[in-house]
Amino acid sequence: MSTIDPEKLNSILATDCGSTTTKAVLIERRGSEYRLIVRGEAPTTVEAPFEDVTRGVLNAIMEVEELAGRKILDGERIITPQHGTEGVDLYISTSSAGGGLQMMVSGVVKSMTGESAQRAALGAGAIVMDVIASNDGRLPHEKIKRIRHLRPDMILLSGGVDGGTTSHVAEMAELLAAADPKARLGAGYELPVIYAGNKDAVEIVKERLGKKVALTITENLRPVLERENLGPARDKIHDMFMEHVMAHAPGYRKLMTWSPVPIMPTPGAVGLIIETIAREEKITVIGVDIGGATTDVFSVFQGVFNRTVSANLGMSYSVSNVLVEAGLANILRWVPFEIEERDLRNRIKNKMIRPTTIPQSLEELIIEQAIAREALRLAFEQHKSLAVGLKGVQQERTISDTFEQTASGETLVRLDHLDLLVGSGGVLSHAPRRAQAALMMLDAFLPEHVTELAVDSIFMAPQLGVLSTVHPRAAKEVFEKDCLVRLGSAVAPVGPGRDGVTALSVTLEMPGGKREEFSVPYGYIRLLPLELGETAKATLRPEKGLDVGEGKGKERVVTLKGGVVGLMFDARGRQPFKLPEDRLARIAKLNQWNEALAIYPPRDAAKVSVAELRPVEARA
Amino acid sequence: MAHSYTPGLKVTAFTTLRRERKLPLPGDVLVKVGQRVAASDVVARTQLPGNVQAVNVANLLGVLPEDVEEFLTKPVGSAVDKGEVFAESKSFFGLFRSKCHAPVKGTIESVSKVTGQVLLREEPIPVEVDAYVDGTIVEVHPRSGVTVETRGAFIQGIFGVGGETAGELHVSVSGPQEPLEERSIDAACRGKVVVGGAYVTTAVLRKAIAQGVKAVVIGGFDDHDLRQLLGYDLGVAITGSEELGITLIVTEGFGSIPMATRTFDLLRSCEGRHVSVSGATQIRAGVQRPEIVAPDPEGAGAREAAHDSVEGGMKPGDTVRVIRQPYFGRIGKVTALPPELWPLETEAKVRVLEVDFGNGSRTLLPRANVEMIES
Repeated sequence: MSTIDPEKLNSILATDCGSTTTKAVLIERRGSEYRLIVRGEAPTTVEAPFEDVTRGVLNAIMEVEELAGRKILDGERIITPQHGTEGVDLYISTSSAGGGLQMMVSGVVKSMTGESAQRAALGAGAIVMDVIASNDGRLPHEKIKRIRHLRPDMILLSGGVDGGTTSHVAEMAELLAAADPKARLGAGYELPVIYAGNKDAVEIVKERLGKKVALTITENLRPVLERENLGPARDKIHDMFMEHVMAHAPGYRKLMTWSPVPIMPTPGAVGLIIETIAREEKITVIGVDIGGATTDVFSVFQGVFNRTVSANLGMSYSVSNVLVEAGLANILRWVPFEIEERDLRNRIKNKMIRPTTIPQSLEELIIEQAIAREALRLAFEQHKSLAVGLKGVQQERTISDTFEQTASGETLVRLDHLDLLVGSGGVLSHAPRRAQAALMMLDAFLPEHVTELAVDSIFMAPQLGVLSTVHPRAAKEVFEKDCLVRLGSAVAPVGPGRDGVTALSVTLEMPGGKREEFSVPYGYIRLLPLELGETAKATLRPEKGLDVGEGKGKERVVTLKGGVVGLMFDARGRQPFKLPEDRLARIAKLNQWNEALAIYPPRDAAKVSVAELRPVEARA
Repeated sequence: MAHSYTPGLKVTAFTTLRRERKLPLPGDVLVKVGQRVAASDVVARTQLPGNVQAVNVANLLGVLPEDVEEFLTKPVGSAVDKGEVFAESKSFFGLFRSKCHAPVKGTIESVSKVTGQVLLREEPIPVEVDAYVDGTIVEVHPRSGVTVETRGAFIQGIFGVGGETAGELHVSVSGPQEPLEERSIDAACRGKVVVGGAYVTTAVLRKAIAQGVKAVVIGGFDDHDLRQLLGYDLGVAITGSEELGITLIVTEGFGSIPMATRTFDLLRSCEGRHVSVSGATQIRAGVQRPEIVAPDPEGAGAREAAHDSVEGGMKPGDTVRVIRQPYFGRIGKVTALPPELWPLETEAKVRVLEVDFGNGSRTLLPRANVEMIES
């Protein structure tokens, strides 16, 4: 914002209104650098009986006041700018409450402009409800029925390269006009439609839709086949989100007046911070944010940023859908004790209907983390299928490419090229032991070769994302010092092996000159402590048939980074990673891995849980 | 200390309730302000525009898009029957003809000069909205619907399936602990809203459907049975449109859980009254809980209305129910609200409260895992 002078900001209060919890952080300038001071949270109050998001925001701020021991609120008003020890210089916020931003997108060819439009909407932080395209296999009346039924917050209409045919775009506009779609939040306003297609069709689109919807025109998101131009469409989506959608959500009109900076959709803000890390450190990154309702995956490979959102994969509102999509067997495979199917089903549904509850017993925590593994795995599968190169583009091939038959549209996400995997969201950020988050990410993503793992310690990436639009330096400083917790490097050989037979031999030159030599059998995982900020030079010697990045059976010398968990040598198998099919063998294996990383308290989780298993009471 | 509580569900003997009854599209409102209505009375009516079928006449006739209108046999706005020829072209001195037959009965809505498509609109679909509850019209929203006001008992459940319905309330069990059994469902239950205790199975619900029961209100239900009842696994809690032949309202949660005494007693006090129920549940983006409305125009329950609120901060002495394992479903009194964070068995440090379950011993629970209920 041009009106804000970053150098005059000594204190910043930032909130993120999630679908379940509203989180507030207080950032202050201490000497020459910005640091996180405290963090507070309160249940989000978009729903009845409050139906006013600001109530939850005020509650979260009150907790910040209490913890920081300073006054920020004057009644229900945030004191700005700061006077002495009272108030803050800037208040900013992100939001994903109330179901976030729900969009429908349309293109001419589903796998080309349709997919580009989908990427633009996802990149802006939206949930894409459907992609309508000329060739999507549905008959016109089926498309019209679908458009009517969806009631999105916004529609992004694209199609055609500049100078190309206009008739297909006209056809899509006609279908849209015939459907006469209504906005999700009440009939009181016209549905925002953004046109970002062939510039030659602008007049046709205006003529067909101008009187029926709130139409905005922006640059073509696929001006030529070989290039996407998603920025202008993304910016327009943000504008429309503020002007139309947020303004109609309960309490947001008031919240918007509190901040001089536009409220940003949470995933859009997280994406900004992930993109910043990848660019500044020149690395490939995957970020995941697992929330109550949705799971977002962000990636930067080959300099291309991609984001996907799995609208119905999450740990509270959507927890039951994880069960539906993953299947009970896939959840149970991660549970290291016996549990009745009926009991597990009821527990999952009870979490769905009372989404703000938390696990009290170890057994409940283990079950939640089992569900999280599946939610993360499914969200990542969806991400890989959308984070792909542009389709329909002719590629030049060299002689070496002929051996690697890559078609256009292949996924950009390469686990063997991944440098950093960052986890965020309650179940990862609030895991009582950091090693739990590390193992959940290893199990769900199965990173290959050498990858560094990290978590967003207190889940403040959204607030820092929006802060980066006003004060990039403050956002980066707080992100590095107070937000990102580096867990350590993971080494995972790829290839088949036999359980118990040596898979990897390692020589480590530890800080201070100490040498460690050991081997890891196939099917096992080994943890070696290495402090945060320290590095070790590792010589990795995989057995024949296994690869750690230099080819099968080839030695690799690499620098491994320490962290709060340490170095993880994961020889449990990649391509394939398999759990024993026999129930008891599987439970034994899970317990062995859990113990190797000491992820649960010393009491043997399995024995304790079986002994203390309490079924739902009063079953007749 | 900041507030920390989970708002409980509304269970009140007497309240004034308003329900908006709106059409999906503008139409006719059939009632006036002040008019008394019964739950089944139609209060507004409209016609949804029919579905649209697009026919690419330019391609079918082999003519240019801009010329399509010339080849129509009837002008735009005309009615056409299914199978009727609505466009044709002649060529080679009229010897060869290409024809377009209407795939549906409807009207010719528009012709596109760019794509050569003709849109045919099917017959409109009539839609009616009823009053849902016995009450009085307090507001008319011109062309869109009405607000109905009623006074009486109001009970929210935690989860439901099935849409709106109404019937006489009948309690079929002797207490809130008792499951609803098949033997309790007989011909006398036809057309009624049947209240059970702790638990019901799909088998019992199937019998209820067969006997013409309108709705079942129960403390707990197994997810396993829900899947059998719906025929699929419910992923996202948005319900209300299921066509099951019955509406089910669960007041406590999944599993076998005795109905809260207060809820059960209130329902029992409504025995024989004509009630409206809705199973519609939405736990995200505009929360909606299933409900039972028992209109009581005489206001017999009004004196109980004074202690009806369960909102606001929690304090020692309040009655709470645990809503998560390992004490799921138990009810106790708050004895202390320590301000500091306490470690749980999971090693997470959270805000807790101390509860007495009535046996003298005190238990620490995460504040997030209780809900306030009225004593």
